Amino acid sequence: MTPISHHMTDDILADYADGRLAQAFAVVVAAHISICDECRARVEAADTLGGVLLQDSDGVAMSADRRDRMMAALDQPVHDPIAIGPSGIFPGAVMQALNGNPPRWRMLGGGIRQQILIDDNKGSLRLLYIPPGRAVPEHGHQGIEMTLVLQGSFSDSAGRFGRGDVELAHDDVNHQPIADPGEACICLAATDAPLRFNALIPRLLQPLFRI
Amino acid sequence: MTTSPLSEMTEALIAVRDHRDREAFGRLFDHFGPRLKAMLIRSGQRDGAAEDIVQDVMLVVWNKSAQFDPHRAEAGAWIYRIARNRQIDLIRRRAVPQPDLLAEPPGANPDPAQILALAEETRHLRDALSRLSAEQRQALEQSYLEDLPHSRISQLTGLPVGTIKSRIRLGLERLRHELRDLQS
Repeated sequence: MTPISHHMTDDILADYADGRLAQAFAVVVAAHISICDECRARVEAADTLGGVLLQDSDGVAMSADRRDRMMAALDQPVHDPIAIGPSGIFPGAVMQALNGNPPRWRMLGGGIRQQILIDDNKGSLRLLYIPPGRAVPEHGHQGIEMTLVLQGSFSDSAGRFGRGDVELAHDDVNHQPIADPGEACICLAATDAPLRFNALIPRLLQPLFRI
Repeated sequence: MTTSPLSEMTEALIAVRDHRDREAFGRLFDHFGPRLKAMLIRSGQRDGAAEDIVQDVMLVVWNKSAQFDPHRAEAGAWIYRIARNRQIDLIRRRAVPQPDLLAEPPGANPDPAQILALAEETRHLRDALSRLSAEQRQALEQSYLEDLPHSRISQLTGLPVGTIKSRIRLGLERLRHELRDLQS
C-alpha cells in the first residue's frame, strides 16, 4: 500500500483538537487520523504539551466528601452505549455518520453515486463513488473543501491521492480531480458551502447545462 | 520509593489498567482532581459543576484505562485529552467524532525503550517550557487549559485576535527551537 503523502495542516489539527471544526470537517479529520499514523502522532504530541501544562498548573481544592464519592462511583456498573465501530473501508467516524448502515447510494449520472451524510448551515458532508476515468463532482464554486480518499485514487494538478490522502482545496484552486484507472474511487468530501442543486450535477454534465 | 524513570502518575495509571488498583487510582485523583477542577473553572464552570465534571472525567479514566498506551502518552497527556473532549462535548452538546483506536491492545507488547524515550522527551518539553517568557507561557496556558475560542480570549484581555494567535504560534515556535537545541 502506498504511504499517505497528503496530510492535514497543523491549524486544522489544532482546530479539531479544540473542538472548533464544524461536524462535517471533524468527521473527515477523525477519519483521516484513523488511517494516518503521522497525523495521529501530531495530535498526540500536542496533548503531551497540554498534559505538561496541566500537571504544572495550580489546583483548586476539591470539597471534603468528593474523594469518598469518587471511590464509591468506581463500583457502579458502566452503562456505555456500544459505539459504532469501523467497517471495511469506512472508519468508525464515517460509520457513525452512516448510523451504522452501509451507504445507500444515489445515482448522479455518469456512473457517479453519492450519499449525503450532513447538510446544514455549517457545512455538508457526503460520500462519493466515482468510476475510473470520471471527474470528481464539485461542491459548487465557493468555500473550502476537504476530500479524503477511502478507496481507489484520483489525480489532479496537485498530484495523486490514494487511500488516506486528503486534498484541501479553496475556491480559488482550479483543480480537476479524475478517478484513476482500476478500482472505483470512494471519497468523503466536506465543504463549508451548503450543497446546491448544481453541485449535484457531475462536472462532466455541467458544460451541457452551462452552469 | 521507586527509582523508576517513569512519572509516578504514569506508573499509577498502569497499575489501574493492569491491576484495577484502587489505591493507585486514589493517587491519580488526588493529583489530577484539583488541577482538572482549576482547568474547568478557568473555562467558565462553577465550582460544584466543575467537581461533577472532574468526577465524570476520572470515572472515564477508571473505566477506559485499558486504552492507555504509555508508548504514546504519559498519564498527564492522556487524562488531559479525556478532560478536553468532555469540555468540548459539553460546549457543542454533541460528541466530537473520534479516531478509531489502534488495533493492538496497548498492554500487549511493552517496549520499555520506547516508553522511556517518551518520558525523556516529556522532560525536555518541560525544560523548554520553563525557559519561555511569562507572557508566552500564559498564552500557551490560555490556549491549552481554557477552552476559549480566540475571539473570547481577545475580549477578556483586550488584545486583538491576531496578537493572541501570533503569541501562541511564537510560543510553540520557540518551544520547537528549544527542543531542537536540547536534542542536538
